[in-house]
Amino acid sequence: MALKIVKGSIDRMFDKNLQDLVRGIRNHKEDEAKYISTCIDEIKQELKQDNIAVKANAVCKLTYLQMLGYDVSWAAFNIVEVMSSSKFTYKRIGYLAASQCFHESTDVIMLTTNQIRKDLSSPNQYDTGVALTGLSCFVTPDLARDLANDIMTLMSHTKPYIRKKAVLIMYKVFLKYPESLRPAFPRLKEKLEDPDPGVQSAAVNVICELARRNPKNYLSLAPLFFKLMTSSTNNWVLIKIIKLFGALTPLEPRLGKKLIEPLTNLIHRIYLFFSQILHHLSAITLVCFSWLIAFLFFITVLISLSSGMPNHSASIQLCVQKLRILIEDSDQNLKYLGLLAMSKILKTHPKSVQSHKDLILQCLDDKDESIRLRALDLLYGMVSKKNLMEIVKKLMLHVDKAEGTTYRDELLTKIIDICSQSNYQYITNFEWYISILVELTRLEGTRHGHLIASQMLDVAIRVKAIRVFAVAQMATLLDNAHMLTGNTQRNGICEVLYAAAWICGEFSEHLENPMETLEAMLRPKVATLPGHIQAVYVQNAAKLFATVLKSQEGNTDSTTAQEASQLMIDRLPLFVQSANLEVQERASCILQLVKYIQKLQQKDVEVSEEVCALFAGELNPVAPKAQKKVPIPDGLDLDAWINEPPSESESEDEQPKAIFSKEEPKHSRPRHTEVDEKELARRREARKQEQANNPFYIKASPSSQKVYQETPGVEHIPVVQIDLSVPLKVPGLPMSDQYVKLEEERRQKERAEKKKKDKKKRKEKRSGRGKKHDSGPESEEDITPAHMVDIVTEEMPENALPSDDDERDPADPHKKSSKHKKKKQKREKEDKEKKKKKKHHHHHHHHGDKGGEESVQNGTVEEEEPLPRRLISVMLTFIFLFYSFDRKAYDIQGNLQDGSQVVVSVIFENKCDSFLKSMEFNVLDSLNSKLQRPEGSGPHDSLTIPFQLPPGVSNEARFVFTVQSIIMPQKLKGTLTFIVKNEESSTHEKLDFKLHFTCTSYLITTPCYSDAFAKLLESGDLKSSSIRLEGVNMPFHHLLARICFHHHFSVVERIDSCASMYSRSIQGHHVCLLVKISSQTVSVDAKCDEPTLLGNVLDEIKQTFSQC
Amino acid sequence: MQFMLLFSRQGKLRLQKWYVPLSDKEKKKITRELVQTVLARKPKMCSFLEWRDLKIVYKRYASLYFCCATEGQDNELITLEIIHRYVELLDKYFGSVCELDIIFNFEKAYFILDEFLLGGEAQETSKKNVLKAIEQADLLQENEMGLFYALLAAVSTLN
Repeated sequence: MALKIVKGSIDRMFDKNLQDLVRGIRNHKEDEAKYISTCIDEIKQELKQDNIAVKANAVCKLTYLQMLGYDVSWAAFNIVEVMSSSKFTYKRIGYLAASQCFHESTDVIMLTTNQIRKDLSSPNQYDTGVALTGLSCFVTPDLARDLANDIMTLMSHTKPYIRKKAVLIMYKVFLKYPESLRPAFPRLKEKLEDPDPGVQSAAVNVICELARRNPKNYLSLAPLFFKLMTSSTNNWVLIKIIKLFGALTPLEPRLGKKLIEPLTNLIHRIYLFFSQILHHLSAITLVCFSWLIAFLFFITVLISLSSGMPNHSASIQLCVQKLRILIEDSDQNLKYLGLLAMSKILKTHPKSVQSHKDLILQCLDDKDESIRLRALDLLYGMVSKKNLMEIVKKLMLHVDKAEGTTYRDELLTKIIDICSQSNYQYITNFEWYISILVELTRLEGTRHGHLIASQMLDVAIRVKAIRVFAVAQMATLLDNAHMLTGNTQRNGICEVLYAAAWICGEFSEHLENPMETLEAMLRPKVATLPGHIQAVYVQNAAKLFATVLKSQEGNTDSTTAQEASQLMIDRLPLFVQSANLEVQERASCILQLVKYIQKLQQKDVEVSEEVCALFAGELNPVAPKAQKKVPIPDGLDLDAWINEPPSESESEDEQPKAIFSKEEPKHSRPRHTEVDEKELARRREARKQEQANNPFYIKASPSSQKVYQETPGVEHIPVVQIDLSVPLKVPGLPMSDQYVKLEEERRQKERAEKKKKDKKKRKEKRSGRGKKHDSGPESEEDITPAHMVDIVTEEMPENALPSDDDERDPADPHKKSSKHKKKKQKREKEDKEKKKKKKHHHHHHHHGDKGGEESVQNGTVEEEEPLPRRLISVMLTFIFLFYSFDRKAYDIQGNLQDGSQVVVSVIFENKCDSFLKSMEFNVLDSLNSKLQRPEGSGPHDSLTIPFQLPPGVSNEARFVFTVQSIIMPQKLKGTLTFIVKNEESSTHEKLDFKLHFTCTSYLITTPCYSDAFAKLLESGDLKSSSIRLEGVNMPFHHLLARICFHHHFSVVERIDSCASMYSRSIQGHHVCLLVKISSQTVSVDAKCDEPTLLGNVLDEIKQTFSQC
Repeated sequence: MQFMLLFSRQGKLRLQKWYVPLSDKEKKKITRELVQTVLARKPKMCSFLEWRDLKIVYKRYASLYFCCATEGQDNELITLEIIHRYVELLDKYFGSVCELDIIFNFEKAYFILDEFLLGGEAQETSKKNVLKAIEQADLLQENEMGLFYALLAAVSTLN
């Protein structure tokens, strides 16, 4: 008997094995399919044999054929047979075949459960290993449920080889059968400290993947991971752990601070590892910048950490600079990684990336699509009012050139994203935007027709000034509809017709020739459009009809009106036959109506008013909070149970999906009754995010909402006056390029005017200060929008409840844009204020009794709505005294990087007769100077001033700034927000100011002996410079006292009309002066080891004296 | 990692490993599209591309493309390292590996991959350990087959 089997095997030895099959396929290149079908027949024969060796050989060949794309599902049972062989050789092949061919719907998998269980408990570790490997590929929920316990036992196997595999496969099991997580978790956690590094790394892998899905539940493991991070020597493990911390730190900011140090220590190691990896990539010269690679990874971490650490902007800035080098490299991989890292930075530190706009734009021209897509991502954060048109123009060029539809669609969405971001914040000319949208409709085969359509609708509804222009454009679109509807099925662009028809109908009063448009809308071709678009066509045709009637009213010749009715009656029946119910219903309704109207017309009855009444009233966008503000009627208790609450056990059954939520107690009552503050805040944040992304939500400024409460009704929706400095019609084709040109001209004109004004001012002042106003590159705020982008405030329910709390959220992204708006409106006022400011500035210099440098601003803060309201005038005086430096920081001279601190004392004086409270001080940090904020607050958080101000009272607050470079003077912009409270009301106000850090303020009066002074001058390390002051009419000792006082110098030696003076900067620069006076002319010869600093100090001295 | 594909410059699939359950039809579709996309890229272009919602990392070694698909959060460089390690392992095992080695011993290539990655995660970062496991499994196989060959010899002497 045994002999017979062996004999059979020998015969089979001459069958084809895998090698023969492969060779055969290679030799039959011409008739491969035929050859393979004969092979499959042979395999079928072989599978019928009893001999397991033959079967295994056949299955092995099948696995190969499966890869080539042939269906082998018919052999599933044979695969199971081979899997259950007692020989490892065949079992291995069987499991391989199963892992390649089986998927969840393979029914024989059910039969394998017991076999797999047997293999898992096999004494041979390789049997177990093979079973685990196979299982990882084809595990189903059933298998996971049945085998979870067996695998869990294997997690404590004596052999690390098995433990490692068992731990990893547990992740797959958790995914298929979440209930297994809870019992398995303690053991999984134990494996984090397994003596075998492989098992440990597997456990880290699994937990990291789990945490990525639901980080909250893994916070408690943070200390354990922290220990692992500091002790592990495996780079793969480290990288996983860092990734895990990246997910955890947003939830627990304190972690970030703790992590910084070990991470810094790890950087070098990770860098070496990454540079090794990069070394495999060809054509990279690692010599000069390989260390940069470490950034790519750490940036991600840094960013997640930096939320709690204000001091990080500097390191981020450094990263960005280094990334630039990567992006500029010729190697495409580096370029890609650089851009990728940059986009991560952009999310949290948009400012630092913006300066590299040139580079990003350059990358848009790259041949490699991957790189272009990355660059596109970045563009989103790069736009400003100044460059929006330019960037979009460039993108439009790319749209024309783009080959693949995917890339083109991506471009299209990006253009719209960029333009509509932050409530159209960067658009200065909406005509241009509409033209861009119209140009985009010429794209064939795009999927994003609805996106363009919704933008058109949004702009037309919300920007009133643009309606005339938009309607004209849309009418043209409707007229040329045939261009868009080429292939309705494939073409998503016809969606724009939906918008076009609606806009033309709704704002039909702006149409030049409504009759023509009406005709265009009722063309038979329209019936080929999708149903929902036809419905809008029909409805809006009716609106147009009403407009035509109205325009013909009072006209003795009623032919046009009758023509319109006849047109409707002729064309509508086509729609009445529509298969789409919506279209049919509207069409038949309107058709009957028009027939009735026609009858009346024939009797010469005036009907237009009644017809127009059908469509009377204006549609307004609804405010995002409208729903929330509807007051709850008395007696309605939303929290009361209607039915008895379900029992607790039931509710638990309903949510078996929750992955490992051990700390989460189940609420038997619905959450919304007692959601905690945190949860509320989180939800609010989420909602805001969502709203920010939704173009239909604009946040109205709180002030206008208040008005609305007083005067409900559509007519009172405050729309601020529109300044139309640009003709609304551009002759010729509405090509967006023309707008770009126009816009440039306009800006130039504006700039020129401004210059003129500036010059005038300068003449008046006769001071050298004007230099700073020089019209170099225009700054962001210098660009006034062509049309005031005032967007219709959304509707609120009539009895809306006032709730200002969330409007005051400083983190609110909408807040920013509304502020922005205010700025524009205040332009005129600002001009006046500026002058005033100047005056004050000089005034104080003149008196000069406060010491140090001062900058004063008096601001009159007013409500800026057009409607007359209470006029609150709050006068505040800010006196900034920069004089005291942190002595400690000053003494530690070796460390020039940090520790350079400047204390700014501010005196707040309340000059109005209202109570001021909740004052918050905030400064827009520059790269160089930063306001020190308490630990744990973000880099843009404001500082609460710890006192309130009753009328007429003043108080002083101190703020510490860190300054990096002190050689240049600096101005920091800031805002003070506060609440003005009097008997009737309390309002939120803000005041913008500027802090002027002069170079002098960085000098510290330091005594110096004459011999040390002489040595210093002799050393030759100092650069010299000098100035002459004419017409100084004061005694020499006054002059010296003034320099000493204002500029923090000390007199070293004085001989007659000549004196040497000395001062020192907080960073240890020596500044030496030799001052001589001879008949009203003062010459100052100065030496310093930092020429820039010296130049600035001398300029400032000159100013002090020019104002006498 | 979601899947790994090896294919030749001509677009012939040499190895495929899927760590997500997909039907054969989907797998074929993805493979076809992806192979096309990758082959269409010029040699100087970068090793990364976004495809559907996956991140594709690929690298060409001689005439073979190694191509991995990962989810968004995974690090690109680590994926490249996984590819490189796998190539190194093949190289060590076959002794300067070539495309034909993988074609004719495709099951071995799979075994090596299975020892290196499990369920889409790197299970063993030490090359030595991977090779050791493979060698021992091979040894086991040889012993079994040795028995078979001994029997064979016995039969032939009997005859």
